[in-house]
Amino acid sequence: MSETSHTDGSAPPTAPDVPSGRLIATLGTAGALAGLLIVLAYQGTLPAIEGNRAARTDRAIHEVLRGLDRYDTLYLYEGALTAKLPEGVDDRPLERIYQGYDAAGAPVGFAITVGEGGFQDVIKILFGFDPATRTTLGLTILSSLETPGLGDKINEEGWRNQFRGRKTPLVRVKQGASKAPDEVDTITGATISSRTVIAGVNKGVERWAPLLDAYLAKGGS
Amino acid sequence: MTTKPPPTDVLLRGVWRENPVLVQMLGLCSTLAVTNTVANSVAMGLATSFVLICSSVLISSLRRFMPNQVRIAAYVLIIATFVTVADMMLEALVPEIHRQLGAFVALIVVNCIILGRAEAFAARQPVGRAVLDAVGTSAGYIITLLLMGTAREILGSGSILGISLFGPSFEPWVIMILPPGGFFMIGSLLLAKSWWERRADARRAAVARLATNREGVAA
Repeated sequence: MSETSHTDGSAPPTAPDVPSGRLIATLGTAGALAGLLIVLAYQGTLPAIEGNRAARTDRAIHEVLRGLDRYDTLYLYEGALTAKLPEGVDDRPLERIYQGYDAAGAPVGFAITVGEGGFQDVIKILFGFDPATRTTLGLTILSSLETPGLGDKINEEGWRNQFRGRKTPLVRVKQGASKAPDEVDTITGATISSRTVIAGVNKGVERWAPLLDAYLAKGGS
Repeated sequence: MTTKPPPTDVLLRGVWRENPVLVQMLGLCSTLAVTNTVANSVAMGLATSFVLICSSVLISSLRRFMPNQVRIAAYVLIIATFVTVADMMLEALVPEIHRQLGAFVALIVVNCIILGRAEAFAARQPVGRAVLDAVGTSAGYIITLLLMGTAREILGSGSILGISLFGPSFEPWVIMILPPGGFFMIGSLLLAKSWWERRADARRAAVARLATNREGVAA
């Protein structure tokens, strides 16, 4: 342990008396170089990172809206949904949902994102919704930190498939007990997480359905 | 200065004799937290190795220009820079793994293995030896993570790299991929290592005894 030992108290070999100007200059140079390196890495990786994020959203929307061919983004702007923002409005901070169309151009429903506090952290959910029949069309989990092996069963396809064609507001029942078209099974061992997802969908519908109705009544198809 | 150990020794001691996790007990936070699957272990091991090797090179080559008073600040700055770069590269290349590692990539900044090697070795040694030391320490860290990750994924999920091993009838030991499983695993590894070393010591002692006996017979 000759070289790993700290007990000899010797510092790395440097001159003992250093003018403070040099100390500041050294750290300043190091900081500037570090900044440069980080900016280079950021610019180098940004396109790939943004591409990954877009691809993930795209995959998720295809998962929750069956027969999807293309989709439009609707922004929540000044209390109403709109497909076209006025010139010069920054779309990044705005909440948004997605309207899907099939290959023939007929609408197949809307994809809505909600976040709901789960067992560990916010569970981000994307679900498909048909405002005419008030039914959910499908559901996927965008991100969650639920307990592996227990809470993260909400990611299982078998459970998520229940959300195809359920009447809202959803009613949660015990695992295996769902019969009526508005009933959804919770998961034994993932009670809190599965309840959270169901509650999240209900809250999402409660919030977005009136906005969608208003948007559709105005003639947005 | 004491006599320098040969380069092979600088390279190899980090792997086993001075293994950063199993002997020096450093970097336990990430070792316990992210080793629930093999893929996570590999990604974490590679990210940490990247930071450790790059920062050792830089710290070693700057050691003559670095005033003693600002060296710690400079080390942390150098390490943090490489961690940021590694974080961005992981997010760009393997977004799924990056999501699962979560905050633990950023926490490489405060991994004691890296700051420890910087202060105890790279800051006093030429670049070549610093690289050997960093590579050896990285190898020791990766091997430990892999041992943990492989055992925890097999027992906790019944799979390796996501490929199922035992079929649907296997009931996974969920606890192995939860935090307690990390503690069970590190405890088992430490037990195994100390058992192994005792056995090796006993064998050496027996050989020495045999040699003295023989000398006695010959005389």
